[in-house]
Amino acid sequence: MRLYATARTAFRALRRNPMRAMLTTLGIVIGVGAVIAMMEIGAGSSATLKKTIASMGANVLVIQPGTASSGGVSFGAGSTTTLTPEDSQAILRECPAIRNATPMVRARTQVVYGNRNWVPNAIYGTTPAYLEVQNWSILAEGEPFSERDVLNGNRVCILGQTLVRELFEGASPLGKDIRIKNIAFRVIGVLTPKGANMMGFDQDDVILAPWTTIKYRVTGASLSTSNQSTDATASTSVNTLSNLYPATHGTLYPEQSAAQQADNPMPVRFANIDSIMAAANNSGEISMAIEQITGVLRERHRIRGDDPDDFNIRNMAELTKTLSTTTTLMTNLLLAVAMISLVVGGVGIMNIMLVSVTERTREIGLRMAVGARGRDILRQFLVEAVVLCLTGGAMGIILGHGGSLLVKFLLHWPVETSPAAIAAAVLVSAGVGIIFGFYPAWKASRLDPIEALRYE
Amino acid sequence: MELIELRSIEKTYQMGDIAVPVLKGISLAIRQGELLALTGSSGSGKSTLMNILGCLDRPSAGEYWLDNQEISKLSSDERAMLRNRKLGFVFQSFNLLARTSAIDNVAMPLSYTAENLSEREARKRAAEMLARVGLADRLGHYPSQLSGGQQQRVAIARALINRPPVLFADEPTGNLDSKTSEEVLQMFERLNTEDGITIIMVTHDPKVAGHAKRVIRMDDGVILADAAPAGSGRETPGGGAP
Ligand SMILES: Nc1ncnc2c1ncn2[C@@H]1O[C@H](COP(=O)(O)OP(=O)(O)OP(=O)(O)O)[C@@H](O)[C@H]1O
Ligand SMILES: [Mg+2]
Repeated sequence: MRLYATARTAFRALRRNPMRAMLTTLGIVIGVGAVIAMMEIGAGSSATLKKTIASMGANVLVIQPGTASSGGVSFGAGSTTTLTPEDSQAILRECPAIRNATPMVRARTQVVYGNRNWVPNAIYGTTPAYLEVQNWSILAEGEPFSERDVLNGNRVCILGQTLVRELFEGASPLGKDIRIKNIAFRVIGVLTPKGANMMGFDQDDVILAPWTTIKYRVTGASLSTSNQSTDATASTSVNTLSNLYPATHGTLYPEQSAAQQADNPMPVRFANIDSIMAAANNSGEISMAIEQITGVLRERHRIRGDDPDDFNIRNMAELTKTLSTTTTLMTNLLLAVAMISLVVGGVGIMNIMLVSVTERTREIGLRMAVGARGRDILRQFLVEAVVLCLTGGAMGIILGHGGSLLVKFLLHWPVETSPAAIAAAVLVSAGVGIIFGFYPAWKASRLDPIEALRYE
Repeated sequence: MELIELRSIEKTYQMGDIAVPVLKGISLAIRQGELLALTGSSGSGKSTLMNILGCLDRPSAGEYWLDNQEISKLSSDERAMLRNRKLGFVFQSFNLLARTSAIDNVAMPLSYTAENLSEREARKRAAEMLARVGLADRLGHYPSQLSGGQQQRVAIARALINRPPVLFADEPTGNLDSKTSEEVLQMFERLNTEDGITIIMVTHDPKVAGHAKRVIRMDDGVILADAAPAGSGRETPGGGAP
């Protein structure tokens, strides 16, 4: 209640000179207004960015075979084949930070339906887990292929929207057969549209199929992971199908008995895959996931001591970090400018409070004579400065919010009202009041009552 | 019982290297209910003594007992609380807050009391106080809308709002004409006789001093004479401390 009375006194003191109070607080108004506008616009654009990143699979890690080099000549990433589907399973099993993992085989070749053809960006051989990893589980039509399809190497596929458009001219492709390198694949599902990713890569221009099918029927030899579209033109010459895929379905990997495993700890390598795609539990655990995967793979690949990894792990976080850093940088830069404005505003407050203390020296002396203690005077002037700043802060919030709404309606920028920003603005302006009001208030509280009363 | 007792109070100002003694051993006893005038030539140290009596300043040496409490060693916060509860001040230049109504001026000291009156109670008490100094119809007036005498009466009401036993007035009539001076002095006499408030005032004017029951003459930091004003026939013992 005492504070309330002090605040009332402060209001009364400020009302004695409303014009001066207005001008004094202008710096705070502009500073807080700028902070609010920046925070709201920044929050809007980062929300949009987050959505874009989520559509790309923000928590996704891609593990690629390492670089082969011979006599100092590096052949580039993926030039050795060191990853196996078992690696993928081991990662899923042994890394707690990993939510899901799937082996990936990539092909790039011509796809034919009727008299139309198209070379999609990528034909991915994978497992159903891929859809979960990519946050793509909900299909536009049909259903995803199953683990069983993967085990059997069934010729089924899921099409991206671009292929539906290019090959089927928008008609439903479900149940139709498309041919990839002369092998017929039954279309069992259609992906929902995802649009281009941040690099302009059309994410809908893909075909998903069981990796076993792609591996053994499309890309053929395990070492050939290179771009296939060139030899696709000569597709007639290839593919006598029967000798390219294993005759037995069901188990690609022969079961090992416990004794066999003990006898032969080196796992038998049946197949190389192009990469492993894994999803971390959340973006915060990505670095932990990378550590765990590195540990698992080094152990599985028997890499000792300081020997370099024979694989490398890339993650979207790197990329998205770069992109979000740019927006964050811009926002922070503008925030810094706003902060400078707040500091300038604070100095203005300090200046006016000093003038006010000098002007009211006699009043201070009188208040002390009738029993005000130093701390009462300190509080009075501090509250006055805070009231001044909070008034400015309130006006600044209105101004900044209005500004960001204007930007939303005139420029159609994404804007997000942020209660945190408003709370921060209130705190910051009160803080500015306390910090810059303290010195004048302290000076007032240290006055000697006799001298103050005698002051002309 | 003595309300105020000074024992060899000294006050020395330090001006650089030079020590300027202003009060040179003042001993004095003042009883409850006295109406006392402090006179003397300019620069004799009256205001300095008043400031010490009013707990605005501390003596350089000596003891000051107020209401059986040694004051000269108190901290500034303790002295502030003491001023608030036990002492009232009236100044030559009124010292009212500008652009603040009479009633708010009078209520102002209440915001520093420990008892924490509500806003309504405070205003009620201020209105009563203003009525007692004859300004019941001027509650909402600003100082600039009041005459000098009225302003000084507002100041008296403010000094009395906490019902202090002692009222200090440093040349309370210095800025007033003789007629309004007379009004203010009559008010002092009434407060003194009716409410038993001890009043200590500094004045140059013998006519003003004539209203007092006891007059102390100072010169150059010492008490020259301590007596009832001429013709009153009363004698008060000076220099309280034995
Ligand atoms: N803060 C100070 N520093 C130094 N000297 C001071 C200070 N205050 C007062 N003095 C000196 O003390 C002496 C007494 O001053 P004081 O104000 O008590 O006189 P006074 O009796 O009230 O005079 P007047 O009747 O003119 O008001 C003066 O000589 C003055 O110069
Ligand atoms: Mg004087």
